[in-house]
Amino acid sequence: MSSSHKDLEALCSLESAFAQPAWYVASKSTWWPWLKVQRFLQVVAERLLPWLVPVLLVSVWQIASSQGWMSVRVLPAPLAVVDAAWALALSGELAKHVQISAGRALLGLAVGGGLGLVLGLLTGSIRWAETLLDSSIQMVRNIPALALIPLVILWFGIDEIAKLFLIAVAVFFPIYINTFHGIRNVDPGLIEMGRTYGLSRWGLYRHIILPGAMSSILVGLRFSLGLMWVILIVAETISAQAGIGYLTMNAREFLQTDVVLVGILLYAILGKLADVFAKGLERYWLRWHPGYQ
Amino acid sequence: MTHTHQGVRLEARHLGKAYGERQVLHNALLTIEPGEFVAIVGRSGCGKSTLLRLIAGLETPTQGQLQIDDQVIKGLSHDTRIMFQEARLLPWRRVLDNVVLGLPESQRHAAAKVLAQVGLGDRLNEWPAKLSGGQRQRVALARALVHQPRLLLLDEPLGALDALTRIEMHTLIEQLWRDNGFTALLVTHDVQEAVALADRVILIEDGTVSFDERIDLPRPRSRGDVRFAALEKRILDRVLQQPDTEQPVNDVSWPGLPAHGLRWAV
Repeated sequence: MSSSHKDLEALCSLESAFAQPAWYVASKSTWWPWLKVQRFLQVVAERLLPWLVPVLLVSVWQIASSQGWMSVRVLPAPLAVVDAAWALALSGELAKHVQISAGRALLGLAVGGGLGLVLGLLTGSIRWAETLLDSSIQMVRNIPALALIPLVILWFGIDEIAKLFLIAVAVFFPIYINTFHGIRNVDPGLIEMGRTYGLSRWGLYRHIILPGAMSSILVGLRFSLGLMWVILIVAETISAQAGIGYLTMNAREFLQTDVVLVGILLYAILGKLADVFAKGLERYWLRWHPGYQ
Repeated sequence: MTHTHQGVRLEARHLGKAYGERQVLHNALLTIEPGEFVAIVGRSGCGKSTLLRLIAGLETPTQGQLQIDDQVIKGLSHDTRIMFQEARLLPWRRVLDNVVLGLPESQRHAAAKVLAQVGLGDRLNEWPAKLSGGQRQRVALARALVHQPRLLLLDEPLGALDALTRIEMHTLIEQLWRDNGFTALLVTHDVQEAVALADRVILIEDGTVSFDERIDLPRPRSRGDVRFAALEKRILDRVLQQPDTEQPVNDVSWPGLPAHGLRWAV
């Protein structure tokens, strides 16, 4: 950076000293474009810098594989992974498995998260509902969802329902707890204001309580999305007839490490997409909040 | 503006309120005529805010009764609106949407008009977080007025504002009160504020009305006026007569604090 900066300055002074009359040198217009270029380069550098380490790592990996320093059984070359992904995409298999996995994940999220939201709203808003349900829910919360696997297999076999159940159980709690606390933390002054300004119960809920709890609910959603993928991976790895987990386990049996890597990368990409989506929701719904502007 | 919505007449008869053992308000007698501007002053914890909450219908009295236009107050009323100490704007709604809260969409135009009246006609689409404290209270004032209340309750709404903004708000509130003709009841710590705005200043001590003074100064009132200063001093002396037992250090009207002393020493 600093060397290009100096070059620019040298160029700038050369040009102005030789080509322009003295009054023109002093004016802004000659070196104004240069400053712009410099600023642009700086922005580009700032954008590119975070990619430097990953690009270096992948390059080293590619060289190590193509030079035969590393067995393809351990780790295939990055280009081989790209090839495998391309082949899977062309055959339509990639789309099929991603669709099935994402479908499972989202259905599980819809069931578990929806239930968590409804129960959280209920216990957060109504005292007797809290007294009735909250302590039971808190007790069950301490059981890790994955500890239920043996029981789930006994109940549902290794069917689709088993996977959905595990995901739903796991995503339920973060959304439930954050919804509950979001509602409890709504400023009582605002609720009192709403009442004195003639809002009905439903109006209070729609205009004050729900928006007030929203930032907390979204935190719960982001936790749940993270958990959702973890549980999906485990559930699909145990048994599946389709989906990314099936793809990777199948490839493992045939020692196709490149396909295994494609599967792992797919999980990473899906996880990232879900997080970007949740962030987008935050940016839209919490745009009033100085912290999200 | 026409006086389409005349102010209410308010009457408190032997009003009392107790929270368990603690008697906050007792035997309060008070009559406020339609369109009158009354200020209630008193030390912290004297019961003045409780009186306001009773009138708003947010609490129910334990003794006596309160009547608005010969009707006993039962719960919240459409004719009464409150301005709180904090603006209590919904941070997730833009300024205009805050003002139309609880009103049909058809009132948006009226809301924009009232916002223009309080000097915020160009900030309709701003988030409350972007406004200053004074601007937020203006939005809160607009929100109260767009409901065309017949009784406006002001619960120390200017307490957190700086001295200059307070004087501006006094002018604004006085003007809107004169234009709209509602009955106004202001609870305040600040005797100068009470004398500047009110037709009558009422002192509440130990949970009951102990002093009721008519302010006959012509409007708009000038703070530099000799009669203004004399009235202010007299009321202030009266407020200070009784030693404060609650929390003398935090009390705004305690003379030991020079920062607050400056405000009413003029």
